[in-house]
Amino acid sequence: MQPSLKIVIVDENPIRAAILEDGLREAGHVHVMRLAETSHLLARIYALDPDVILIDLENPSRDVLEQMFQVSRAVKRPIAMFVDQSDKASIEAAVDAGVSAYIVGGLQKERIKNILDLCISRFNSFARLRDELERARTALEERKVIVRAKGILMTAKNLTEEAAYALLRRTAMNESKKIAEVAQSVVTAAELLK
Amino acid sequence: MIASEAKLRIGFIPLADAAALIVAVDKGFTAAEGLDVELVSEVSWSNVRDKLNIGLFDAAHLLAPIAIASSLGLGHVKVPIVAPFGLGVNGNAITVSPALYAAIAAVAEGNIIDPLVSARALARVIAKRNARGEEPLTFGMTFPFSTHNYHLRFWMAAGGVDPDEDVRLVVLPPPYMVESLANGQVDGFCVGAPWNSVAVDLGIGFILHFVCEILPRAAEKVLAVRSRWADEHPQTLLRLVRAHGRAAAFVEDTTNREEVTAMLAAPNRIGVAAEVIRRTLDGRMKVAPDGTMRASDRYLLIGRTGAARPDPVQAAWLYGQMVRWGQAPLSAELLSAAKSVFRPDLYDAAIADTAPDLEGEPADGIGAFAGPAFDSSDLAAHIGSWKIRRA
Repeated sequence: MQPSLKIVIVDENPIRAAILEDGLREAGHVHVMRLAETSHLLARIYALDPDVILIDLENPSRDVLEQMFQVSRAVKRPIAMFVDQSDKASIEAAVDAGVSAYIVGGLQKERIKNILDLCISRFNSFARLRDELERARTALEERKVIVRAKGILMTAKNLTEEAAYALLRRTAMNESKKIAEVAQSVVTAAELLK
Repeated sequence: MIASEAKLRIGFIPLADAAALIVAVDKGFTAAEGLDVELVSEVSWSNVRDKLNIGLFDAAHLLAPIAIASSLGLGHVKVPIVAPFGLGVNGNAITVSPALYAAIAAVAEGNIIDPLVSARALARVIAKRNARGEEPLTFGMTFPFSTHNYHLRFWMAAGGVDPDEDVRLVVLPPPYMVESLANGQVDGFCVGAPWNSVAVDLGIGFILHFVCEILPRAAEKVLAVRSRWADEHPQTLLRLVRAHGRAAAFVEDTTNREEVTAMLAAPNRIGVAAEVIRRTLDGRMKVAPDGTMRASDRYLLIGRTGAARPDPVQAAWLYGQMVRWGQAPLSAELLSAAKSVFRPDLYDAAIADTAPDLEGEPADGIGAFAGPAFDSSDLAAHIGSWKIRRA
């Protein structure tokens, strides 16, 4: 059994960091730490002394980690990002997913590759989750606008709910628009005419 | 074939020296060249570099030293980059906290507008702090391979301060600079616009020096493309460079200033008040919270005095800094590789300039305030002439 790796996750998004941490733990990595705060990042990372650092690409503090490449008094061990000339596919997949990994020298490539692959798949599923939430939120808002537009038409034109909806749908079809867009126009117009 | 070539993704960091790129796209100069450009705002230089290197970006607004480091394989993967257009010369400033400003002013022998006076005063401030057993001063800069890193080092070393032994130099993302100065994490920083002005406006910083007072001519950002991409898409590159030439001229024409600053200030571009960007382009800066102004006609050069034409001497100077501070070994091959990142030939192929007026420009191409004139033909002797160095 190989000794367990110490992994630090730098991510300001707590949900994504938690998803990632869970995945790593399920894969048998017990030494996983999360850093959400990025002030004094280098000092904190040196104190934790990790083997692998994972950071999301939306985090401007990635540039801070680059300082670890520099030979200076503060550096304890050399650090390299998980890319070399042969790893183009890995880095492409990682950048696409929005994650970047830094490793502390001397680790076997295969062990790191498994971790990175896991991160990529977790990052991708988080992105899908976020897209679904976004779609659900948009759908909910569209429904709300349609309900308000129906109400306005029912009052203004003395229509039943079904007739109001049919009017919205017919107009949308005639103008090649979405029902929600026509509904939004009705709501906006009603507010202007108030 | 041409249709697929004409679609480009270009990465940038929201800074004033992305002006030529942003104006090239938003004013329609790239469209006029048949290029459909998507500008992508990025949060870190590492991201810009990696996305350019692996081909997610076709071109990028890049720190000149990163283009060189990437081409030489320093600190990261080796990917040859070429710079056919200079997006900016100068534009940085050194800002310090009110406490450090007062300490420097108190021990200065002469006017601290003179960088040699201020650097020597900094050495005295540090000696006093050491005698009292205080923590070393900390300065922020933007990236290990950055002009900001080299500008800070050049300035303080001229006054006898060893940047690796006497102070702490830390990388900070530009948007975090001001906050870090306010909460005392750093005592000063070197960064580009608009961040120095933001610190002064908040009353938490004094602009000590414009970098053009330290180095009158210092290449800052370049338009960078992969060397291979340049070889594979010569026509597209030509058109892209030509669009940048028009944009730089448009930016420099002061009658366009209002339109240009409004364009740059847009939330999806630089995203700060147009007035703050205007100060940078005009070279008229508020340098102290009490409203003191200082002006320089070379605060940031975008195309004028030949600034957009990449100068291999600038690349040699930057490589010299990498050697001086222990980031790169010294060799004739590496020097030659560094110089060939800057491609005036590609610039000339696209832009038929009348020769720029170089009167008053430094004879050695750099014009540093201290030390011997720069001479890339004997870099070893030039670097050897500096007392404080890692090489």
